[in-house]
Amino acid sequence: MIGFHLCKDFCVLFYFFQDCTFFTRKEMLRLHGRYRELAPHLVPLDYTNGPDIRVPLALIVTMPELKENPFRDRIVETFSEDGEGNQSFNDFVDMFSVLCEASPRELKTIYAFKIYDYNRDNFICKEDLHQTLVKLTKGELSAEEVSLVCDKVIEEADLDGDAKLSFSDFENMISKAPDFLSAFHCNSRLFTVV
Amino acid sequence: MHLFWRVLRQIVVKCLYYFVNVCFALPFAVFFTDRSGRVTSNPLLDQLPSYQSLLYRRKSSSSGSKRRSSSRGRMGSSGSGKWTLLKPNHNIHCVCACRAQRLEEAGQLSSWSQWRESTRRYLRRLREDAHQWMSSLKLWRGDIHAIEGMFGTGILSYFSFLRFLVLLNFIIFLLMFSFVMLPIIIYILCTIVIICYLPTGSVCSQYPSSSRRGLVIFHEHITDLLSGGGFLEQTYLFYGFYKADKIIFPNFTYNVPLAYLLVTIAYLILSLIWIVKRSATGFKRNLVQDEDRFQSFCNKIFAGWDFCITNENAARLKRSSLLYEIRTDLEEERIKQKIADRTQKEKCRIYIIRFILNLFVIGVLAACFYSIYVATTYSQEVQLDNKKVSCFFIENFIMDLIYEYLPSIVITLANFITPVLFSVIINFEDYSPAFEIRFTLMRCVFMRLTSIGVLLFSLWSQITKCEEDPCICGYNHVLYSCWETRVGQEMYKLAIFDFIIIFAVTIFVEFPRKLIVQYCDCGLAKWVGQQEFAIPQNVLEIVYGQTICWIGTFYCPLLPAVCTIKYFFIFYIKKISLMNNCRPATRPFRASSSNFFFLGVLLIGLALACLPVIVSVAQINCSQACGPFVSYNTSWEVLPHTISQLPNEAQKLLYAISSEAFAVLAMFYVIALAGAYKRVINQLRDQLAMEGRDKRFLIQKLCQAQHSSPVKSAVSSSQPRTTRSPSYHTSFANNFSEGVFLAHSPPDASTHV
Repeated sequence: MIGFHLCKDFCVLFYFFQDCTFFTRKEMLRLHGRYRELAPHLVPLDYTNGPDIRVPLALIVTMPELKENPFRDRIVETFSEDGEGNQSFNDFVDMFSVLCEASPRELKTIYAFKIYDYNRDNFICKEDLHQTLVKLTKGELSAEEVSLVCDKVIEEADLDGDAKLSFSDFENMISKAPDFLSAFHCNSRLFTVV
Repeated sequence: MHLFWRVLRQIVVKCLYYFVNVCFALPFAVFFTDRSGRVTSNPLLDQLPSYQSLLYRRKSSSSGSKRRSSSRGRMGSSGSGKWTLLKPNHNIHCVCACRAQRLEEAGQLSSWSQWRESTRRYLRRLREDAHQWMSSLKLWRGDIHAIEGMFGTGILSYFSFLRFLVLLNFIIFLLMFSFVMLPIIIYILCTIVIICYLPTGSVCSQYPSSSRRGLVIFHEHITDLLSGGGFLEQTYLFYGFYKADKIIFPNFTYNVPLAYLLVTIAYLILSLIWIVKRSATGFKRNLVQDEDRFQSFCNKIFAGWDFCITNENAARLKRSSLLYEIRTDLEEERIKQKIADRTQKEKCRIYIIRFILNLFVIGVLAACFYSIYVATTYSQEVQLDNKKVSCFFIENFIMDLIYEYLPSIVITLANFITPVLFSVIINFEDYSPAFEIRFTLMRCVFMRLTSIGVLLFSLWSQITKCEEDPCICGYNHVLYSCWETRVGQEMYKLAIFDFIIIFAVTIFVEFPRKLIVQYCDCGLAKWVGQQEFAIPQNVLEIVYGQTICWIGTFYCPLLPAVCTIKYFFIFYIKKISLMNNCRPATRPFRASSSNFFFLGVLLIGLALACLPVIVSVAQINCSQACGPFVSYNTSWEVLPHTISQLPNEAQKLLYAISSEAFAVLAMFYVIALAGAYKRVINQLRDQLAMEGRDKRFLIQKLCQAQHSSPVKSAVSSSQPRTTRSPSYHTSFANNFSEGVFLAHSPPDASTHV
């Protein structure tokens, strides 16, 4: 009964989303199930009124797909409207859309740039790199090593010589990175019924 | 007959056509436009560095066949979507727009192209399904998957390499069985088949039986089993059993010596082709990873973390391996700097040290080879003395075994000591870390594989050494009436001993080490540390075993079967040892991490294995007392002999194919092919560098224009704003909505990958 109710009201929402994601109908339903699992008291089954519900960051990063990722906070923040990490279902779907295998390289590059840009100035500067590296290695590199690595990265990727990476520098560099596509995706275990 | 020549002519013409195309057209194909080659003349884009250099090249070269490279994407029509920075819309909606556009375009296609597209898609899906079904049939799929999950891709490639060797050996065994053993088995089982032995009366053809007479004690059976002597000598196991010239079936005659020789050549070529095919995929990957040297740090930081990781342990491992890789990279940078800073005097000192140490290494190798030679000759002498005496005492049994296995023992000892020695020496030679690892590996590979060659050489020197100077039969027929069986026995012993050593080391070294580390808290435990799975040494071990198999199959046709079973058990032994004793590698296997390394070492092993086989087939007189080549001087002779019995035209054709002219032609073709591909690669590299320069130029122009006049273009205002307040991920693009438009089309070049 509940399932049918969900289906009927969800259909409307689904057809709105269908054009904008890479997911099939079944996958969308499962995604909604996962979204609801995070905060069952917050997220309603009934979406007919288009409720404005946001799940806070602290709950989303407990998902198994994101739990071990060093950049999980940044990822969730990037895909939230308010920039604080509180995601509506729309944002939630966007996030997994970009991370899924079907999304194109260009889209992933754009969002990867946003994720690594901590201070949101549309440039990856040395401080952003510093934070990325610290998160990646969990603070196990010495300060001198971190500084050296950041310098090397800017030296390798910066084309216009302004000591920071703009989107074009970043994109150019990513286009030459062979592992980017295979690294920057969440596998489809997300959609298996738990 | 005319048809035959017509077909041949067609083939030759096709080959020439392909040859010309590949050598001359392929390098220029890089520059052909594809799909839409429409180019508008644009003042700014004409200033691009790549276009300028192309114009310059076109002016200087007379041929006008080079056309503009199409990957500029000036019209942005490659269909991958317009991912410019200039759209303020939600980027995901852009995807949708593009998909709609693509569907619209699809509707405009003719029905023929649609049908073609749908067939193509259907075939692709069929191929994918077939691949999936084939991969589900693979041996040990579950085990290898589990190993990959726990220990990473370096160790995974070792185990999949082991699986490949099991399959290779099994196929070689099937070849040998179906073409050499099966006819003889059929002869033994059926009565309608006649076998032809060539009668010989000379002194060379006496083959005294080697089976033990009288009361045979149990432990002698074990000695025989382990050394291939006694009751095993005159069985299918060894060359000497196949003493048949022709087998006459009701309908045709089967030429056994020819089959034997051809199967030997066939399995060597089959191994070569299979390894090359397998390493082709690894090579492509290596070529791509070669780009890593331009931006190795960027790749690690931005594309290093695998977003699929959900397991805590796996995350920890990935983190530590990334940490190790970054540290290694930094270390290499530091050492590169140090090498660049070296003074003249320091350089002299380093070179002198390296020269002395290399002399020392050569000395060590020479000493090892000499000791193998001495051990082999001694072992042979003792065996020939002890042959007929049956022993009652257990000490004699063990002494017997030791004498039989003396060469194997010496080889194994040398292979234990020399890697340690090499890894100590390399520290003084002051190379960069990556080169150190590779150089030590090369030395170990050389040591391992050449020791087999030395063993064979010392055996042959024994076999061809007679009391009277030129041997009557070409070999020492008194001591070695069937010398191929002797060589086969030595190879068999090497293989068995190799397996025993692997098993013994696992049981007696690795398990106690684990117990010590786990339960004992003393300083020894801390110093020894928990075991890590050392990939290079393990790979060398199995390549050594495979080289023995390749050399030995000619003398011991059942050796591939023995090796298949051996590798089958080694898989389980290594897996159990790995799961129980080893901790996951904190240091990723970096310098030789791809399949390319394993297969490269295997190719070296194959090359080194071909050498003794070729020498023994072509040079050394085959024994007259046993084996299929009794009526020929050398094993190779059966081939010319058979060809001379073929009809004239076939002979002419075969001579033409095997003549030098044809071989030289084929060689030139392959060299030209390689040269053409190398040129293509260089051109693509140049093109990539050009792209970078173009982007830099465009970015400079963009910055200039931004600073000079902020112009609001019509394009940006025509895009509808969403009703929502601009969220973070749309505001990003907004920064560029006031971007300057340099031309009527946005610079898609920056977004093409």
